[in-house]
Amino acid sequence: MTVYIFRRLLYTVPIVVGVLLLTFFLFSVVGGDISPQIAGKNADAQTIAEIRHEYGFDKPLFLSWDSQFVNHFRKALTFQFGRALDREKISEKILRGVGPSLSLTIPMFLGTLVLSLTLALLAAFVRGSWLDMVVVILCVAGMSIPYLSFIIYGQYFFAYKLGWFPILYMPEESLLTSLALPVVIGIIAGLGGNLRFYRTVVLDEMRSDYVRTAFAKGLSTTKVLFKHVLKNALIPIITSVVLSIPYLFLGSLLLERFFGIPGLGSLMIEAIASRDFFIINAMTFIFSLLIVVFTLLTDICYAWADPRIKLE
Amino acid sequence: MLGPTRESNSNEHPAFAGLEEQIPPGRSLWADGLRRLRRQRLAVVCFWIVVLYLGLAGFEFAVELFDWEKPAFVRWNEIVGPSYQKPMESYEWTDEQGRSCIRRAWMGTDFMGRSTLRRTLYGAKTSITVALCASLISLAIGVPLGAAAGYFRGWIDDLIIWLISTLSTIPYLLLLMAFAVVLRDRTFWGIELRGITSVYLAMGLTSWVGICRLIRGEFIKRKESEYVLAAKATGCSNARIIFSHLLPNVFHIIIIDLSLRFVDFIHAEVILSFLGLGETDKPSWGAMIDAARAELARDVWWEMTAATVAIFLLSLSLNLLGDALRDCLDPKLRMD
Repeated sequence: MTVYIFRRLLYTVPIVVGVLLLTFFLFSVVGGDISPQIAGKNADAQTIAEIRHEYGFDKPLFLSWDSQFVNHFRKALTFQFGRALDREKISEKILRGVGPSLSLTIPMFLGTLVLSLTLALLAAFVRGSWLDMVVVILCVAGMSIPYLSFIIYGQYFFAYKLGWFPILYMPEESLLTSLALPVVIGIIAGLGGNLRFYRTVVLDEMRSDYVRTAFAKGLSTTKVLFKHVLKNALIPIITSVVLSIPYLFLGSLLLERFFGIPGLGSLMIEAIASRDFFIINAMTFIFSLLIVVFTLLTDICYAWADPRIKLE
Repeated sequence: MLGPTRESNSNEHPAFAGLEEQIPPGRSLWADGLRRLRRQRLAVVCFWIVVLYLGLAGFEFAVELFDWEKPAFVRWNEIVGPSYQKPMESYEWTDEQGRSCIRRAWMGTDFMGRSTLRRTLYGAKTSITVALCASLISLAIGVPLGAAAGYFRGWIDDLIIWLISTLSTIPYLLLLMAFAVVLRDRTFWGIELRGITSVYLAMGLTSWVGICRLIRGEFIKRKESEYVLAAKATGCSNARIIFSHLLPNVFHIIIIDLSLRFVDFIHAEVILSFLGLGETDKPSWGAMIDAARAELARDVWWEMTAATVAIFLLSLSLNLLGDALRDCLDPKLRMD
């Protein structure tokens, strides 16, 4: 087991290096020297030179201990991402955004999970009938509406027209009132795709031999579905749940933008609007690292829980 | 050697006489798939909707390319009425020649008085160009890499797997935006990346991972099959086995994947346009939805709705068609 974990850990090294190489290539080689753009339109040559020096654009790209390449790795691996274009520390910005993002995404995620799983079991219950067909078509229809339309219409009708919810996130109000609408919109928008996925998982399980046996020995459909199928279908479901945890930290780009929630999604949008490569770079690295860690955890849990997985 | 083979030929044996007429003629995979597809009425409707969209986009493209005389519905830039004219309502309007007439804009006008209907129709061109170019780029990268990885294995496979896992470790939206931000308004080898060019480049360069993985898996599976072994035994070169034996046999997988991926590209274009990374001076569905953000508060709902319906219809048809294609062309992949 220890050997397995160690080997699995070693596998992650090339991936982390790969991510760093990619971000370096993207932001330093292709992106290049952006100091004139940071300085603004009316800056003189000296200001640009100062900025160039401060952000290290005057250093050589490769082949030096103080090159941009080495510094890129050094910064990322020590988590010293420096300052954003508005002079605030990037690590502080990111830490501040995690809280609001999580308070939006966790209820959204749990709500979608419970709702779509229940509906998927119900759809499996009536599989093959016209009701099942309607559910599938509704799912595809839900997936076909752009995410932005869900948000804009939802905000317009429920907050602006009907006035049930506040239009924007208000820090002084309770989380429940100010986050209820974005959470509900997020759940509805994500329901189609998730329901379709869980329905496939459940139906896959329905075809197994043990289900036929259970039916053959006379168990009721409810019992088969909720006692046998659900338990076995939980394996792929738990995997997808664990693997989506890192994405919860990332927040929701569009929902945060529309409701003014100061999370990581908003940070990302600000960074894009001001073309702040430094923030985008830091976020890319941190989230890749999170995903690497959670993939590793899933694999180890699998090896630990499932005796069929070989450890050699 | 030839004698006994000919004698044992089933067709000439008296017991098999007349059997040839009873056996229906063989059908190719594609003919069989098409036959099955034609039986699903919903899929046929979806197919024609997709064709309609493609035809519209192609026509708009051709009009601009060959400088044809533009029919009315292509002139999206023309001012046809007052600002924010409501849909289906008649209004008095003085046209360019100074004549006043009663007009009606089917889907209303935007803040400059341009027809929403024409802008929505033009948006089809933008969206489909983006999705088509992005698909082509991701195919051009994903298919050869996947084929090479699956066919040659060894260090080539290791290298490509490393690339795939690196790219798929970065959250897709972050990766896409990083590419779009960096590529925007830059000049490479004399080509300036403006407007949608940077959008589809970013999408294409980031989305080839899925198809690459699929093709690699299929190649690994099919590499050991009899027809490949037979081709090898007759001395076919690797290139010939890959291009004329293996690729045609996985082509349906590419088509299925493409029809479903197309939808993702269209939705991604909306998000990128909204973030200000998309088309700026020509109408696109994303730009229309983005504009509607401010307009909805003034009860201008038609622009937003027109773009949403346009996207909804196209992606619904593509989704249903993609599922039907999967069922028809590859029964093994059937989901339900």
